[in-house]
Amino acid sequence: MPLILEIVTPERLAYREEVESVVCPGVEGELGVLPHHAPLLTTLGFGELRIRRGGQEEFFAIAGGFLQVRPDKVIVLAETADLASEIDLEKAEEARREAERTLQEGFEEPADLVRARAALQRALLRVRVAERRRREAPRAHG
Amino acid sequence: MASQREIRRRIGSVRNIKQITRAMQFVAASKLKRAQEATLQSRAYSDALDEVLANLAAVVGGEEHPLLAQREGGTRAIVLMTTDRGLAGSLNTNVIRFAAREITQYEGDLTVVTVGRKGGAAMRRARVPVEASFDGYGDRPTFADVTPLARLLTDDYLAGTLSRIDIIYSRFISTLSQRPELRRLLPIQPTEETSGIPGHQFIFEPNAGEVLRQLLPRYVATRLYQAVLESTASEQSARMVAMKNATENAQELIEDLTLSYNKVRQANITREMIEIATGANAT
Repeated sequence: MPLILEIVTPERLAYREEVESVVCPGVEGELGVLPHHAPLLTTLGFGELRIRRGGQEEFFAIAGGFLQVRPDKVIVLAETADLASEIDLEKAEEARREAERTLQEGFEEPADLVRARAALQRALLRVRVAERRRREAPRAHG
Repeated sequence: MASQREIRRRIGSVRNIKQITRAMQFVAASKLKRAQEATLQSRAYSDALDEVLANLAAVVGGEEHPLLAQREGGTRAIVLMTTDRGLAGSLNTNVIRFAAREITQYEGDLTVVTVGRKGGAAMRRARVPVEASFDGYGDRPTFADVTPLARLLTDDYLAGTLSRIDIIYSRFISTLSQRPELRRLLPIQPTEETSGIPGHQFIFEPNAGEVLRQLLPRYVATRLYQAVLESTASEQSARMVAMKNATENAQELIEDLTLSYNKVRQANITREMIEIATGANAT
């Protein structure tokens, strides 16, 4: 039985394919899902989501959200989801510097601090995922 | 009758207006396409969220979370969504009139939160208490734009100052039709539908209460975001149609003016000829 994976964010449908397996960043460690998994509902943390599809691996940088598993379908509801190969490393670096600057230079409201921290976390994650993919790119997957 | 030169000037200015309204029509058409696409894309997320919530609701009762609990008394809030800019036909008038009816009919305490400049101005004119105003979401509202609004409403509801929150927005039905609509935001009423697997068969990690606690605030924000997206699509389509009508009216006006211009011109020529003829006869 094929496993359908859907990654959705409030702004777009990021991914919908038949996959062989998927590994998600759960709050308490990584969580792998194969077809015929028992129904499961859980929260997701920040991290890398790995998809195995047709012998190839694909990667997403996922920030926060939920995971619903049914035997035939996995839905990832994330705040943001970026395909590793589509991440603009320079832009992510820039966002990281910007967030670090905000944190260093101070802020006026507690909400700004929260926002800056979240931005930094997202930027770091993007950089990490993108850099790792770049290093591994020459090597064939599968 | 107006002079020849005056009519020619008017034709010129109407032609300029026509150019502007035509440009606005095309700009709105392309923005509409994008807004419709955004609405469609976000539907996948909100459908999935509905499903997850339905599964959760099957396990945990309404008392488990204050955002699900029905409350008696207290203040009711209405979130009124309008556009920032005008020239969108009767769109804002309709949604404001709809809101006004709702406000005057309600007998308890009521407060309004406005999104969009037009609604904010209208509510202040009508001396309706406005709790907060948001604007500047632009043509491509992002989820992050809506978060402050969602947080304000959720916090007020959790603090107990508000007992019920409704959204009034322009529902996008088609390019030619947008309808003001009221949608309940809080307390949340989960849908009954599930994915065919009864909710109680799910494993919850770490537990259902915790997942619910994290999910509900996001659910509120998603509901608001969807209403904002629909309002944006409505705005662009209303503007497109309004500008198309304006362009057509301008064209008609140009034709009318050209006709009277020609009449005046002919009358002038005839008069001059008569003057010349009488002049020639006199000598």
